[in-house]
Amino acid sequence: MSAVEAAVPAVAAAPSRAGTGRFLRSELDMVFRRRRNQVILAVLAAVPILIAVAVRLAAPPEDPADGPPFLYGIAGNGVFVALTALTVVLPLFLPLAVSVVSGDAVAGEASLGTLRYLLVVPVSRTRMLLVKYVAAVAYCVVAALTVGAVGAGIGALLFPVGPVTLLSGAQVPLGAGLVRVGLVALYVAAMMAGLAAIGLFVSTLTESPIAAMATTAVLAVTSQVLDSVPQLDWLHPWLFSHYWLDYGDLLRDPIAVDGPARGLLVTAAYGLVFGSLAWSRMTTRDVSS
Amino acid sequence: MTTVAAPAAAAPAPAAVAAPAVTTSGLAKRFRGGQLAVAGVDLHVPHGSVYGFLGPNGSGKTTTIRMLLGLVAPTAGTHTLLGRPMPASAAEVLPRVGALVEGPAFHPHLSGQRNLARLDAADRTADPATARVRIGTALDRVGLSAAAGKRYRAYSLGMRQRLGIAAALLQPRDLLVLDEPTNGLDPQGTREVRALVCALAADGVTVLLSSHLLSEVEQVCTHVGVMHVGKLVAQGTLDSLRQGRAPRVSVETADPAAAIRALAAQGLSDVDTDGRVVSALLGTAAPEGVLAGLVRAGVPVRQFTLDAPALEDVFVSLTGEGFDVSG
Repeated sequence: MSAVEAAVPAVAAAPSRAGTGRFLRSELDMVFRRRRNQVILAVLAAVPILIAVAVRLAAPPEDPADGPPFLYGIAGNGVFVALTALTVVLPLFLPLAVSVVSGDAVAGEASLGTLRYLLVVPVSRTRMLLVKYVAAVAYCVVAALTVGAVGAGIGALLFPVGPVTLLSGAQVPLGAGLVRVGLVALYVAAMMAGLAAIGLFVSTLTESPIAAMATTAVLAVTSQVLDSVPQLDWLHPWLFSHYWLDYGDLLRDPIAVDGPARGLLVTAAYGLVFGSLAWSRMTTRDVSS
Repeated sequence: MTTVAAPAAAAPAPAAVAAPAVTTSGLAKRFRGGQLAVAGVDLHVPHGSVYGFLGPNGSGKTTTIRMLLGLVAPTAGTHTLLGRPMPASAAEVLPRVGALVEGPAFHPHLSGQRNLARLDAADRTADPATARVRIGTALDRVGLSAAAGKRYRAYSLGMRQRLGIAAALLQPRDLLVLDEPTNGLDPQGTREVRALVCALAADGVTVLLSSHLLSEVEQVCTHVGVMHVGKLVAQGTLDSLRQGRAPRVSVETADPAAAIRALAAQGLSDVDTDGRVVSALLGTAAPEGVLAGLVRAGVPVRQFTLDAPALEDVFVSLTGEGFDVSG
């Protein structure tokens, strides 16, 4: 008797965890094996290569204030290619990439009609949103790390590398410098994860993936435009893009956490708000596509 | 004596299984535009039946099916699937339900096999160890094994429809909801789907088969529900629907006038003639007796037929303008 009773809940509970893992793997597979998303990663990876080759072929700028931040340092230390590239892709390229993946998340399935078949499998709407969001965040992390890693690699190939001089003036060994670059990439990925939450919400509003992608990208650009208008400085702390470049503190010795922590907090708040909006929209909408 | 107790104890289990596969009560859907797509439908799909869900395009069949599966929230009414309330029990009921809703939909850049693997991966109740075998079996069952590795983009309409049915067969099901399953199939494919539905029904699977074509469901269904402008205008077994219309006898003869007299003399009503064919409502008379009466009256009978009421006529009478777009 007891054996039979024990067997019933075991059978019912066992598939649940493995099941979500399988679905997440399938979703990651969908995102990363999609040709379009691979091309976007390749374009992002081309940015540090372009920067490195350009600096190698041309004379380094005479004034450190010329060009994007960190550019001046490249000739002296190839590691700075990674930081320059991350800074260059941050305003537009990276947000565009994240807009494509997160905007497509639900709207893409809706436009194909595969959304209804996922829901009748059944996949609970909450579980689907979570899996879609985790996959989009994974794409943010891979994209930022790709730019950083390709930047460090091409920098090492074309320029001398060595101990890294931080913004505070202190020098740290190469290994520690690379860790700092990794931290910057992860901070950038976290900022993009906030944008991905906005994209996911927009994606639940429409059956047109293109519209969702464009809307998300426009929101990212608008936030930066508003952030650049001094008359709106009361608004700036509330803009999600306001903190995107606040990774400078990660390049000081010792690491200052105030700036990045504020950025992460605001981004987490955006993620929470838009994640909740996406959830409330997703769990109440009629799927008629 | 003691051995008798064992089967008695097991008896309640089949009774619980035999709950109706689908019941709805006052199910209604008003879309945001104010259009009332489904207006208070009371479906009853008995366990083990093959239920033909008929109606013109736009009569609310697909919206009803979407509500059954929890895709669309009803404006009013309740429903159950396999005896459990929906959508509350969706997580436990839907794994036992295979569905094809408003045509197949898959990722065009993935092969048929990988599309099925994707759906299987999303199913928490599916055993990953048997996924490959189950996917292969489902593809084989709809005749798609040879095209399993082809991209969905390259599939013909008929192949897409087959893949949709294969997706519904990935797991053992207690209920299949097939919305227009033979859309886009050639006559050979239509026959195959019909045979498949019969085979599944023979295994005890309840099938809810929607169609705007009567001829498609007539041969496989045990029960029929007819939708018209958002309402269920008829529901029951095929025979009970046929009985809604009285049978007629018709006589082909060289002497129609004599036949008319003889039929009227036997008390048959609505006597009508079309050249050499005379027909009348049979009423309660026995057809054998009518024929004997005709012969006794000296009517030269060339052919005598009993016209079972064509289901087609029943549907046309129910849905008015016939199977055109309604609403």
